[in-house]
Amino acid sequence: MIRIEHLVKNYGANCAVDDISFEVGEGEIVGLLGPNGAGKSTTMNILTGYLSSTSGKATVAGIDILSDPLGAKKLIGYLPEQPPLYLDMTVEEYLNFNYELKGCKLDRVPHLEQICDTVRIRDVYRRVIRNLSKGYRQRVGIAQALVGNPKVIIFDEPTVGLDPKQIIEIRNLIRSLGKEHTVILSTHILQEVQAVCDRIVIINKGKIVANEKTENISNAVEQSRRFNARICGPQKEVLAALRGMSGVAYAEALAERDGDAFTYTVESERGVDIRKKLFYLLAERGWALVGLESLGMNLEDIFISVVDQSEEKKTRAARGERRRRGADRTSAEREIGAGLYEDAKRQREEAAAREPDDEE
Amino acid sequence: MLAIYRKEMRSYFINPIGYVYLGVFLVFSALLFCYTTLNAGTYSTSTYFTFLIISFVILIPILTMRLFAEERKLRTEQLLLTAPVTITGMVLGKYLAALTIYVGGILVSCVNFIPLYIIGAAERAGEDMSLTHIGPVTGEIVGSLFAVILLGAALIAVGTLISALTENQLSAAIITIGVIAVMILLNVFNRLTDSDGQPLIGSYAVRFVLDWISVMSRFGNFSNGIFDYAALFYYLSITFVFLFLTVRVYEKRRWG
Repeated sequence: MIRIEHLVKNYGANCAVDDISFEVGEGEIVGLLGPNGAGKSTTMNILTGYLSSTSGKATVAGIDILSDPLGAKKLIGYLPEQPPLYLDMTVEEYLNFNYELKGCKLDRVPHLEQICDTVRIRDVYRRVIRNLSKGYRQRVGIAQALVGNPKVIIFDEPTVGLDPKQIIEIRNLIRSLGKEHTVILSTHILQEVQAVCDRIVIINKGKIVANEKTENISNAVEQSRRFNARICGPQKEVLAALRGMSGVAYAEALAERDGDAFTYTVESERGVDIRKKLFYLLAERGWALVGLESLGMNLEDIFISVVDQSEEKKTRAARGERRRRGADRTSAEREIGAGLYEDAKRQREEAAAREPDDEE
Repeated sequence: MLAIYRKEMRSYFINPIGYVYLGVFLVFSALLFCYTTLNAGTYSTSTYFTFLIISFVILIPILTMRLFAEERKLRTEQLLLTAPVTITGMVLGKYLAALTIYVGGILVSCVNFIPLYIIGAAERAGEDMSLTHIGPVTGEIVGSLFAVILLGAALIAVGTLISALTENQLSAAIITIGVIAVMILLNVFNRLTDSDGQPLIGSYAVRFVLDWISVMSRFGNFSNGIFDYAALFYYLSITFVFLFLTVRVYEKRRWG
């Protein structure tokens, strides 16, 4: 349904999107995940024809957005990061304006009513948008994207700034839209894509880091191996004992104290569950374990574990190659993060080096 | 395009701006008319139209300042630019809405001429009409109205471009005031003379160029009731060029 090929977007010397390619099948819900400034919005803006790409191609249902923008735009409903609402209009006027703007051919009254029921804005239909709460405004924005029943719906950070209840509602709404539409949504919240999407495309610094089914990403994430333990006992000895445990890759004392209990961050080796062992060890020494909490992964951890996982699938030859180079797995992980950083740095340096030439 | 036109028309009237413009314009034109014709005891409307045009320095920016600046600030332009509408359609829709309000104001202000015709008719009664013409000259008035509309169309196009270049209504308005003031007042500089009656700008070439650029100097023939094709073409060209530039601004922004 949507095909993006080698998309590049430069803002001057700054490269926002760097050679991105992916496809979205009909009826699929795909999440673009990445930190702020990763290039998610830029990608979406290109796809919707708001921006032009520097190079590369984006097609919607086979229609190139550059060569036939009007044809492609007719197939897309778009909710930008900030909902494009005319604050001085009522919801009714706003939706009618969108209906006319998009040259919608559907029967006007039932179509708009159906949209209002879908996003549940019936009760504010005659109110001025300026007076609506953030949650309602977001829903009016979604309603706007649904006008004309487009095949593809694109949401840019649809749940930002909403309260937890509203977030759940919007997520359910997007899920239900996925039954009839192809949906792309962007977010920097992992739980969101996990809850809603069939497939996740992770973008960082303008590049695709991973393009996986949601289950695969979830598996990777569940293998979180780091946790915080609160243990009563002499700090030095406890730390030494933790470090001495088999299966512990890393242990560190935090500067946190709760009565006579200290907090330690412990990371186990891959595929080892050390929690029981930890409990027995502490019991044996007479130190009380008063708290144990698993640390969630942040986006960087996810990049690393996802990339790592997809690498595991690659051929043994590749693995052998890496061993020959003497690189162990953890340093390979670091390299990926560092590589992304280096890329950006190099680009900046090149840009800086180029500028004086221009002046001459 | 039609949807955008209709939306802009509505927004002139759900915001105070449309009322402010029409109210100020109509009150001002009525007072000006009384002062320059009825009070001055003349049937000539040329002073009236001259001052009316000078008032556009303030009035036209009121119409054009929010056209694009507001959309940019509220990020609603994203809606228009991702909708199946061409940029030309969007610019034209907005431009035509501003033009409609403007022309509407001019047409309503035509009631000003009614008392002049009534007085003319009263004075003509009993006079021998074979030698002199008493009362307003309809040809002059119609010509001037036509020219004022053309001139306004050109100035609105200028304001449209400036609104597209800014993100803030107020800066759009101020820049537009400056640009329109220069366009209109260039002509006045040309007419300035020193104490000996010599033109202040000595060089004929400079005066010629200034005159050529000035939107006011083209006005003359129309106000004498002559249909000036050159001036018509000139005003339409300005309109076209500035609207074209507005479209280019948006094209450029996409590629930026």
